[in-house]
Amino acid sequence: MSWTQHLILAPILLPMVVAGLMLVIDGRSGRITAALGVFSTFALLFIAIVLLAQASAGGAQSAVQVYQIGNWPSRLGIVLALDRLSAMMLALTALLATAAMVFSLARWHKAGSFFHPLFQVLLVGLNGAFLTGDLFNLFVFFEIMLAASYGLALHGSGHARVKAGLHYISVNLVASSAFLIGVSLIYGATGSLNMADIASRIGDLDAHGATLFRVGAAVLGVAFLVKAAIWPLGFWLPTTYAAAGPPVAAMFAIMTKVGVYAILRLGLLFSPDGQTNVIAASGLLLTGGVITIIYGMLGMLASQAMARLAGFSVLVSSGTILAVMGAGNANVFSATLYYLVSSTLAIAAFFMLIELAERGRARADDVLAVTLEAYGIVYDEDSEDSREAGAVVPAILAILGIAFMGCALLLSGLPPLSGFIAKFAMLDALLDQARNGPAPGSAWAAWLLVATLVVSGLATLIAMMRAGIRTFWPSFEREAPRVSMIELGPVLVLLALCVGLTIQAGPAMRFVRHTTEQLAERKLYMDAVLKKPVVTPQASAAHAPAAHAPALPAGARTPVPTPPEKEAAR
Amino acid sequence: MEPVIAIAIGVLTGSGVWLVLRPRTFQVIVGLSLISYAVNLFIFSMGRLKVGAPTFTGGAGASALADPTPQALVLTAIVISFAMTALLLVVTIASRGLTGSDHVDGREDGL
Repeated sequence: MSWTQHLILAPILLPMVVAGLMLVIDGRSGRITAALGVFSTFALLFIAIVLLAQASAGGAQSAVQVYQIGNWPSRLGIVLALDRLSAMMLALTALLATAAMVFSLARWHKAGSFFHPLFQVLLVGLNGAFLTGDLFNLFVFFEIMLAASYGLALHGSGHARVKAGLHYISVNLVASSAFLIGVSLIYGATGSLNMADIASRIGDLDAHGATLFRVGAAVLGVAFLVKAAIWPLGFWLPTTYAAAGPPVAAMFAIMTKVGVYAILRLGLLFSPDGQTNVIAASGLLLTGGVITIIYGMLGMLASQAMARLAGFSVLVSSGTILAVMGAGNANVFSATLYYLVSSTLAIAAFFMLIELAERGRARADDVLAVTLEAYGIVYDEDSEDSREAGAVVPAILAILGIAFMGCALLLSGLPPLSGFIAKFAMLDALLDQARNGPAPGSAWAAWLLVATLVVSGLATLIAMMRAGIRTFWPSFEREAPRVSMIELGPVLVLLALCVGLTIQAGPAMRFVRHTTEQLAERKLYMDAVLKKPVVTPQASAAHAPAAHAPALPAGARTPVPTPPEKEAAR
Repeated sequence: MEPVIAIAIGVLTGSGVWLVLRPRTFQVIVGLSLISYAVNLFIFSMGRLKVGAPTFTGGAGASALADPTPQALVLTAIVISFAMTALLLVVTIASRGLTGSDHVDGREDGL
């Protein structure tokens, strides 16, 4: 085994080790911890890009890379699996993490203690959830991610954060219970926790086991939908995200996508005959997604504060992905993945931009905008400016204004940026489905979705324009916010990435199309995981110590009784 | 044994859900703990109920052994729910300190 085959462990191990080191040295945001955090996120970015290159080598036929931890056979041990989808999500996480980390260095990491260790632990959870091939480890990584996110959501403390955090933690704890119930039901039905192994056993279940499995999958789905914040399970989201500090909120932008990822991964694997698309079959995701879009849209129109507006835009993005996935065929799927990347980058940039643009504005502005404009009251800058690091950028209002326009274009899906391409691709695929759809029901659904997407774009534009006018075109003279380069840089880099996605739309669309093709071919993933031989001691003498030699022959079954035997035993 | 376990899980979950929906933070915490106990029992029962059966040793066939995996899962689940309860407790204390109220919304009804 060469070192590149072990690299798949790095996205989990590196932040874990770094977080531990930080706590040993000093967790309280000293210079060394900050340097370690920056090192870790940049290293992760590099690793994620290497992994992305590995996973996407070979076009549509690119292999699924499987790593058996401790060299146990896949059915017995814990496996990590890297395919194009997980590599894409890893890269997206690393990009957001790098941007948020650099942004936080200006002032936010000092707003409370232990920002850096928590940030690294959040990365452990996110990366682990994207890589694991085991249902129970998915739960563990979800919990690691959530535990860190609870700490980060409260970072900086304050009344609003604690109140929102309390709701956020309670809702997610209940969701975690649902997750466990789902996992154990699936285990009870199939006798396995390995995703690929479960997928291979679904076909052999008897009527009793199949019912148990379906109930388990449904409960599991509810747990993921809470994370993805579908209506009516997502009321906690706008308040929590709006209350969280900007770099934290930017990181949280990907957390709803973890729920989406889990639904996508398991929905495509857990198909009873390998043909039925479970995600689209029930129409539940479509309905829920459409309602989520409408709810998010109304929320955006109603929000006065920009942070709340951004929180609701997360709902719109999440709802769009779920609805379009739930409506769709393969073409729609790949367009959705492109939208996922583009909208996550845009929302993360928007969360950070808001803080910069609102700096120097009093909080009361939003409530009393009319009064303030009428009386021309200008509030003084807060005293935090003295602590700012780095050079101050000139002509800042113009730059922020342009960045804000970029965000508005991306979120509402107007040309010329990648939001437009994403929306165009989705609409095109949906209309195509409406014209040539197999059933009249799906055509109706496609039209409904097209209408919702177009209207939500308009609503987003109106809400963003109103917020932009109020922030950047005030009728009274306002002091320009003092923004340092390391705060502006990450926002501009994220937006530049969206521009890059626009210019390189061809290759990007090809990548997501191949990703969808690989996902649809679930046999590929299952064979890669289940038929992966353990490394024999001779072949790996240089790497694996003798103690790690497998005690069991390859392909050995677990001592766990398989369902039929269990039935007999009862 | 099955009915006893089933009723226990049902009662725990029912009381837990009721308590989670109550307005006081303490009730919510107790409710979440009850739900997590119910879930732990449930995971256990998904390995099929057996009395006095070993998990690994003995030359008996697979059907005479108790399933060890749910036991491992329960251990993990207990640790995680324990940690989360502790964390939630800290947050509720912070909320109590900041708002002066133990209502989950940080303010009493009608204020």
